Amino acid sequence: MEGQNVEELLAKAERDEAEKLQRITVHKELELEFDLGNLLASDRNPPTGLRHAGPTQEAELRALARDNTQLLINQLWQLPTERVEEALVARLPEPTTRLPREKPVPRPRPLTRWQQFARLKGIRPKKKTNLVWDEVSGQWRRRWGYQRARDDTKEWLIEVPSSADPMEDQFAKRIQAKKERVAKNELNRLRNLARAHKIQLPSATGMHPTGHQSKEELGRAMQVARVSTASVGRFQERLPKEKAPRGSGKKRKFQPLFGDFAAEKKSQLEMLRVMNSKKPQMDVTRATNKQMREEDQEEAAKRRKMSQKGKRKGGRQGPGGKRKGGPPSQGGKRKGGLGGKMNSAPPGLGGRRKGGQHHGGKRRK
Amino acid sequence: MRPLTEEETRVMFEKIAKYIGENLQLLVDRPDGTYCFRLHNDRVYYVSEKILKLAANISGDKLVSLGTCFGKFTKTHKFRLHITALDYLAPYAKYKVWIKPGAEQSFLYGNHVLKSGLGRITENTSQYQGVVVYSMADIPLKLLK
Repeated sequence: MEGQNVEELLAKAERDEAEKLQRITVHKELELEFDLGNLLASDRNPPTGLRHAGPTQEAELRALARDNTQLLINQLWQLPTERVEEALVARLPEPTTRLPREKPVPRPRPLTRWQQFARLKGIRPKKKTNLVWDEVSGQWRRRWGYQRARDDTKEWLIEVPSSADPMEDQFAKRIQAKKERVAKNELNRLRNLARAHKIQLPSATGMHPTGHQSKEELGRAMQVARVSTASVGRFQERLPKEKAPRGSGKKRKFQPLFGDFAAEKKSQLEMLRVMNSKKPQMDVTRATNKQMREEDQEEAAKRRKMSQKGKRKGGRQGPGGKRKGGPPSQGGKRKGGLGGKMNSAPPGLGGRRKGGQHHGGKRRK
Repeated sequence: MRPLTEEETRVMFEKIAKYIGENLQLLVDRPDGTYCFRLHNDRVYYVSEKILKLAANISGDKLVSLGTCFGKFTKTHKFRLHITALDYLAPYAKYKVWIKPGAEQSFLYGNHVLKSGLGRITENTSQYQGVVVYSMADIPLKLLK
């Protein structure tokens, strides 16, 4: 008995081994194409089993996926490995498939002012050498940049020209001139950038240092100047032919398109609730009509009784006097409560009738 | 395309509430999905969240319409309900009017309905109430004020 069990166990173990081996080796008619740099395996075998296009072929799809992944991993195991901080890592080769662009092609930038001018004049960039011979230091130095060849701020001796003030600091003057040049260059660079991205440069006064400004810029500068008074331009008069600028109001801001749907729903329901609560629950005309009708009916009933008893005069006066009150507010409200309930009765019930003839059945308490 | 502002939602709800009253909250808060109102080129569209997400991928000037058009806002910001809203409003209508088959054709071509052409009407309909007009076969025809 035990022998049989052992035999069974051994047979089972053998079968398991065989299964595992079978699982690791996958047979395909066409070899897969591997791009290990992207961890990609392309299977070009025709999918014969999946031609039915019926409802889920889950098991077959899963088996196919498993086979292909097994092949990919077999390939990965064949790569050269290395050990990085106690982990065995395979070094992937360069990816061979070319992935498409993530973002669209960049738009061509607008030309800078210098480029426009050069194009106009036909100026081409001249090829220049990188290093220039510097007499003063006796070496080859860069044309521009750190430790450049002719840097006039670094001179140790400057002659004071005869026309200049003897007390003026020539060194400081040169450094100041350099700073101004740098600032002007920076300004131009930013302006070119703003033109490329079509944004407006913030400017303190709105006026250009050299005075070349377009009509829009001048208009904007004027508007800014007008608004920069203590009363924010309210009491500034306009010139006889000056027109108010359009579009200088605040820009409206809307909710985002995909805002919080739950919050939107909640605010709408809240608005509905407020709307419904503001509507009067009773319809005043209907309430008064009802009241008057009931009073008429009571009078008619009384009159009939009086006429039956024979006291005609007295009977006529009594009910007539009561009529002056009209619908007093408390009476109206009571009727209104009942009237309101009538309004919201489901329309299916009363569907058969034309018009709104009520029974005379409502009794006033 | 943008969501409606408070003012615009109020104007629109007041208009719709004339026909369906408190049932409007069933339109706003539906059990079978999130639906919302969006404004595009002055028209109000009632659209489910799924379709809204897809429509957001289309640029504004190329987008013609999305979901169901309920109506539009005129230049003076009044809301005008369109016939395309009928399918959504008819089931929730509070006051209904049925017209006889004989008068139905004439009504559809724009003529008035005489009293003799009136089939049924829900009770308690007050004068100048907003109603939904049905044919005898319970097909909604029109929203009438």
